[in-house]
Amino acid sequence: MADLRTDFLGIRSPNPFWLASAPPTDKKINVLRAFEAGWGGVVWKTLGSQVKNVSSRYSAVDYHNSRVMGLNNIELISDRPLEMNLNEIRECIRLFPDRAMVVSLMADNDRASWHELIRKVEDTGAHGLELNFGCPHGMTERGMGAAVGQDPEIARMVVEWVMEVATIPVITKLTPNVHSVVPTGRASVEAGSNALSLINTIQSVTGVDLDTFIPNPNVAGKSTFGGYCGPAVKPIALKMLTTIAQDPVTSRVPVSGIGGVSTWKDAAEFMLLGSTSVQVCTAVMKHGFRIINDLCEGLSNWMDEKGFARTTDFIGRSVSALTHWEDLDMNYHIVANIDTDKCIHCGLCYIACEDASHQSIRLDPGHPYNTYTIKEEECVGCNLCKLVCPVDGCISMVEQRHGDEYLNWKEYQRRGLPLNDH
Amino acid sequence: MAIKNHRLTDGEYSRNFEDIHPPFESRDAVLVDANRCLYCYDAPCTKSCPTGIDIPKFIKQITTDNVKGSAHTIFLSNIMGGGCSRVCPVEKLCEGACVYNLLEEEPIPIARLQRYSTEPAIRARWPLFQRAEPTGKKVAIVGAGPSGLSCAHVLARAGVDVHIFEKEEKGGGLMTYGIAAYKITPEFCEEELQYILSIGGIEIRYGCELGRNLTLAGLQQEYDAVYLAFGVGLARRLDIPGEELPGVVDAIKFIYDIRSKGYPDVAVGDKVAVIGMGMTAIDAATQARRLGAGEVTIVYRRTQEEMPCTQAEMDIALLDGCRILWLAAPQRVLGDAAAGVTGLVCSVMRLGEPDASGRRSPVDTGETITLDVDMVIKAAGQTPYVELVAGSGLVNDKGRVTVGEGGSTGLAYVFAGGDCVNGGKEVVDAVQAGKETASAILQLINS
Repeated sequence: MADLRTDFLGIRSPNPFWLASAPPTDKKINVLRAFEAGWGGVVWKTLGSQVKNVSSRYSAVDYHNSRVMGLNNIELISDRPLEMNLNEIRECIRLFPDRAMVVSLMADNDRASWHELIRKVEDTGAHGLELNFGCPHGMTERGMGAAVGQDPEIARMVVEWVMEVATIPVITKLTPNVHSVVPTGRASVEAGSNALSLINTIQSVTGVDLDTFIPNPNVAGKSTFGGYCGPAVKPIALKMLTTIAQDPVTSRVPVSGIGGVSTWKDAAEFMLLGSTSVQVCTAVMKHGFRIINDLCEGLSNWMDEKGFARTTDFIGRSVSALTHWEDLDMNYHIVANIDTDKCIHCGLCYIACEDASHQSIRLDPGHPYNTYTIKEEECVGCNLCKLVCPVDGCISMVEQRHGDEYLNWKEYQRRGLPLNDH
Repeated sequence: MAIKNHRLTDGEYSRNFEDIHPPFESRDAVLVDANRCLYCYDAPCTKSCPTGIDIPKFIKQITTDNVKGSAHTIFLSNIMGGGCSRVCPVEKLCEGACVYNLLEEEPIPIARLQRYSTEPAIRARWPLFQRAEPTGKKVAIVGAGPSGLSCAHVLARAGVDVHIFEKEEKGGGLMTYGIAAYKITPEFCEEELQYILSIGGIEIRYGCELGRNLTLAGLQQEYDAVYLAFGVGLARRLDIPGEELPGVVDAIKFIYDIRSKGYPDVAVGDKVAVIGMGMTAIDAATQARRLGAGEVTIVYRRTQEEMPCTQAEMDIALLDGCRILWLAAPQRVLGDAAAGVTGLVCSVMRLGEPDASGRRSPVDTGETITLDVDMVIKAAGQTPYVELVAGSGLVNDKGRVTVGEGGSTGLAYVFAGGDCVNGGKEVVDAVQAGKETASAILQLINS
């Protein structure tokens, strides 16, 4: 059995799965249920400035038979009294001392407020602090949340205030609502932040009601931009995570990965791209805390299969495999191959290739089943047919290199090799 | 032993004849199946539908809540898409070709999805088609069955005035009179008919029968073109001793009575033999059981390999408790005029060489078996209207009208299609024939 124990700057948890700062972590009753279910840690829902929420607060994007492919929220930080939260945090730590307790913070935008809040939170015995520089709605209008994270210099200033008093590890949570997460990440690390977490939610409008013409979520006939999360945002999160893992400054600190983690596979991918721990929210909002079992078992079984004894054996392992386009090997060439025994003659590969790619699939009419085969000489190896094929393993991409040597774009150009030749 | 009616209570009748393929309960349930559809290109299901309904398209339209568009897609290819969704042997057509079968997965329930889209359209008479300005052309159609109605709708859409001459008192043909009541009700058939007529420009004249109060020559004179879609007649004669005894009934007549008289008034025996293994035989056998017959035996002279009905149809009969006697050919009906039928003697057969149809022919072994029955239902295929066809001067093959391209007969401006041409196939085949012929008629009369 693989060892899932995680040590994040001394914040220890029995597994790398933390609950992200969000409604599932906003009070004792939820957090105790999460710990009982087996979650490794929580990031307590953001404390700080006093707020008032509206209803409704969520809207979602469904895809085919799947509800909540993406979730959008306009809820603010904790709207409960600070003292109540602090007492409950203390109680949760006492009952589950082996779990990670990180507290998310967003103080009013002045040094004294941050100092006071940090002292109070540290007094609970919490193991770490997460600075919420990412909340995209409600708080930004007051100069908080994403308003901090979107300006590296403001972020630097706030992190400096925090580091003046913090005695436990500080994680700065980054907003994705920027052209790059690196500048704010660098500023935070340079200002002393011990770690980074990303991504926060992405600003969105999930849809418009076609009967009322009101975008959702509907609050008395009006809506507002919310924060988008869930499986739909995972690819964006992985990209941003990679830029942090590849930057010489930000890569110095550990990262807690966030953004659409729903399964152990998602988690493994986040970890391969540099996350020491992963944070989950939407999947729990949809299914409850019980999903932790498969997260742990699946990750553990995969690690056993791959021969990884502990998570540090593979964290960051895939980072170097992401390179610049111009460094890709131009001699590498693959062509599609359709396994005729597995083909169910749905024609999806054909029409995708015909209408949207390179007309590389031959259709031999049959009744009722057509036969589809690859025109190897036309195939550019784009993968589209394989992606749309509904049968696993039916279409495979077969390597047919143009040449033995590694040949990148720069070298290709230098040698004056032919362009536009397809 | 006796043949009698009123065997069951009202509750038992309605339970026995309730919808065998009930509609979806909710939109959510529909979406589960609709979203499973892969949206195949040049889809095998569409290619296996005689009317070529664009099935992936109409299912996709369900998933986007465009049910009106979905119904339009269906009706554009098959104006009886509502009825066909209930009576088509989909297991050998669209659903049988669904690519999920190749994954050993349940095929998409295409018929049920088709019902979901067409039912509200028919109920609420969605005006999905607009009739063109009347062209002044007039076409006569003989027979208000699926083929005649399908032809009429296409013509009416194109602005032609259509008169349909129907010998019965209701339209719909075998859809209304010849199919098991648990598949489709006469009430639904009437609604479907009214929906088809709602396009305008179609008038049905009931009680008009070719050869009785109507002549082909007269129609030719009065109309720009004539479409013959009068179907086929009663069940094929057995030509065995005892066939005239009381208690030997025709399956078509038997089913007709169930649908026109109501269940309690249709008499059925204690022990019934049904001869034949086609769809009509199954409909007769299952309904005999559902009317309260104690024992029903289906007698077929070949084996399951050669049977014309589908496995799904046979399963309905078996689940209803019908027995199937393979390799048995009726030899004579026992009984007398007073007592009626007392038994059926069958020759025991074995399979010999393949015949013209490619099926192995049954050969008499010389042995016999006697069934203890009090009613015999004949369902070994239907006979064409031989005399009518010959008397009208139509080129034919044993009573089946011979047609050329687009349903043209040898007679000028006279077309034919559906069962009277093919000898009796599925409703969906008749609809397609009507649709194709309408195009040919339009080409001719508008040129």
